[in-house]
Amino acid sequence: MVRKLMEGSEFVSEAVRLCRPDLVSAYPITPQTHIVESLAKLKADGKIDAKFLEVESEFSAMSSVVGAVAACSRAFTATSSQGLALMHEVLFAASGLRLPVVMIVANRALSAPINIWNDHSDTMAERDSGWIQLYAENIQEVIDTLIQAYRIAEDNRVLLPVMVCMDGFILTHTIEPADLPDQKEVDEFLPKYKPTHAVLDPERPMTLGPFAYPEPYFELRKELSKAVDDSKEVISEVNDKFAKKFGRKYGNGLIEEYKNDRKIAIIGLGSVCGTLREVVDKRKDTGLVKIKCYRPLPKEDLNKALKRKKIVIVLEKAVAIGLGSGPVFAEIRDLLYSVKERPKIINAIAGLGGVDIRIKDVNALIDESKNMKDGEVRWLKS
Amino acid sequence: MVEELMSPGTRTCAGCGAVLAARLVLKATGKDVIICESTGCMEVTSTQYPTTAWKVPWIHVLFENPASVAAGVKAALEAQSNDHTQVIAYGGDGGIVDIGFGAVSGALERNDDIMIITYDNEAYANTGVQRSGATPFGASATTTPAGLESIGKKQWKKNIPMIAVAHGSKYVATASIGYPQDLMNKVKKAMKVKGTRYLHIHTPCPVGWGFDSSETIQIAKLAVQTGMWMLYEIEDGKFKMTMKPELKPVDEYLKMQKRFKHLKDDTIKIIQDHIDKTWKELDNLEKSGVNLRTIL
Repeated sequence: MVRKLMEGSEFVSEAVRLCRPDLVSAYPITPQTHIVESLAKLKADGKIDAKFLEVESEFSAMSSVVGAVAACSRAFTATSSQGLALMHEVLFAASGLRLPVVMIVANRALSAPINIWNDHSDTMAERDSGWIQLYAENIQEVIDTLIQAYRIAEDNRVLLPVMVCMDGFILTHTIEPADLPDQKEVDEFLPKYKPTHAVLDPERPMTLGPFAYPEPYFELRKELSKAVDDSKEVISEVNDKFAKKFGRKYGNGLIEEYKNDRKIAIIGLGSVCGTLREVVDKRKDTGLVKIKCYRPLPKEDLNKALKRKKIVIVLEKAVAIGLGSGPVFAEIRDLLYSVKERPKIINAIAGLGGVDIRIKDVNALIDESKNMKDGEVRWLKS
Repeated sequence: MVEELMSPGTRTCAGCGAVLAARLVLKATGKDVIICESTGCMEVTSTQYPTTAWKVPWIHVLFENPASVAAGVKAALEAQSNDHTQVIAYGGDGGIVDIGFGAVSGALERNDDIMIITYDNEAYANTGVQRSGATPFGASATTTPAGLESIGKKQWKKNIPMIAVAHGSKYVATASIGYPQDLMNKVKKAMKVKGTRYLHIHTPCPVGWGFDSSETIQIAKLAVQTGMWMLYEIEDGKFKMTMKPELKPVDEYLKMQKRFKHLKDDTIKIIQDHIDKTWKELDNLEKSGVNLRTIL
């Protein structure tokens, strides 16, 4: 393990190298660009073995990694915002085909108006795509989560694609110190991908992606839904195994609780949790519940972490337009419905299009939450 | 006897030209091949879950991405040091000529080491014979129906083989199920070339074009004999007609099909003139020895 000081995107490219993909295929889009550029530099300098495809679109980026994984290889791609939206159709095919594709998404707002800064509109729009979604708080967590993502995705009990979400600019373009694991240790943690369920190999001819009539289609979608739900166990297990080998642990791999023995809980995803930790450190009434794994939604863990609270505040960087709230809020409210004395739950939609989320705004929100109505939605803009 | 790698009993319509093309392509490639197929007629009729007609590895992901799926498969094989398996992006004129053309152009530009094959039934046959970029001028399709104020499709057929050459492809050919030996020879030739190769196969569709299912081969041959479909190959930029019949009047071809039944003499003349002109130009091109890869 070496401690280094680099930009987040450079760390990502180093982590990708450690995972030994056969193929890197990506189309540049802000703020993911530094990731592909760093990888291209590694390739140019002979430091990574992977084949590179300089594809003509994100649609082809995702299509080509799907092809490579179907042909028994490990592959990597990364995108952001409009790029992810362009991949939309392929995302559903990747999960339906049960191909363990791994992708980094540098979270960014969706058009229109066009905006290059960070929020979670892009990945939230793909929450029903059958992908596991893991959100990272800082660069170290991105590195560690990417390595874990391959192990989770390729586990025989899972066989699902995973997107690792990192906040655009805030994490991709920030220089931070982080530990980069040794190749030997990563190799031990991440064995070669050797599929039997879906392979393209003339020695073992197999038909992938057939046409299905209603009954088998229904069954296969039900199985996919169950597979995503059931992956929680493996995600937790991989988090534990990673901790044993590398000495770092992120809650139970699904959620992370910080000073969550207080009356108010604030929920966040991604880099804003760093801000929320600062807030919580200076208060006595509020704790943090970080959702690391948003898909599958760790319902039991969240229920346990939230049910005795007076107030639950869901702070999120996305809005479910037409619902009048954020998507995470709606789901948290849903899972608390069956709790007998359920907490008051309020929603803060924050940071859209890269608007700063400041400590004083969060503090003011928490203070006011005591007088807010259950179910109230607040647009938090400084 | 060459092994059949396409099982009998697919759910294609009687007299389907497309399934014959698939069967002939596989006869030429043999087992060491991976097919990346576009959504379309062949995909829905040959892979009804949990059955399959394909005795070779086969994948379908979406309508518009067989070329990029194939590029990914090939990259994986290269990384695994497999330099023998042929990777083919395979689709209809919808998947390759129109909606998937961006991915086709991308693969051609990168010169990914794959073969791209279009089975051209000159319409979106799978969804009910709507017009495509490959539908010929004057053909009635369900989105360009002939009527009092319509001659059917108003545009000429999109010329993907020449567009492939313009990308620098080292092997481009047209073929027809009416001439199976020529078709298989071209597939075999394409297999020996490195980089993106393009093969465009004319596959008559009895249902879409409106002829009897017993006439598929006759129609396919007649297309070539009237110049409605011309057989050629472009090897390393050099253009060569691979079949040069004495051209029959195009009317013989048109009158056999319902999609052209509405055409009046003046429109038929436009088509005949277009064929004559193209035929002459291609003849000149062949004689000139011009290298298309250099000039395009």
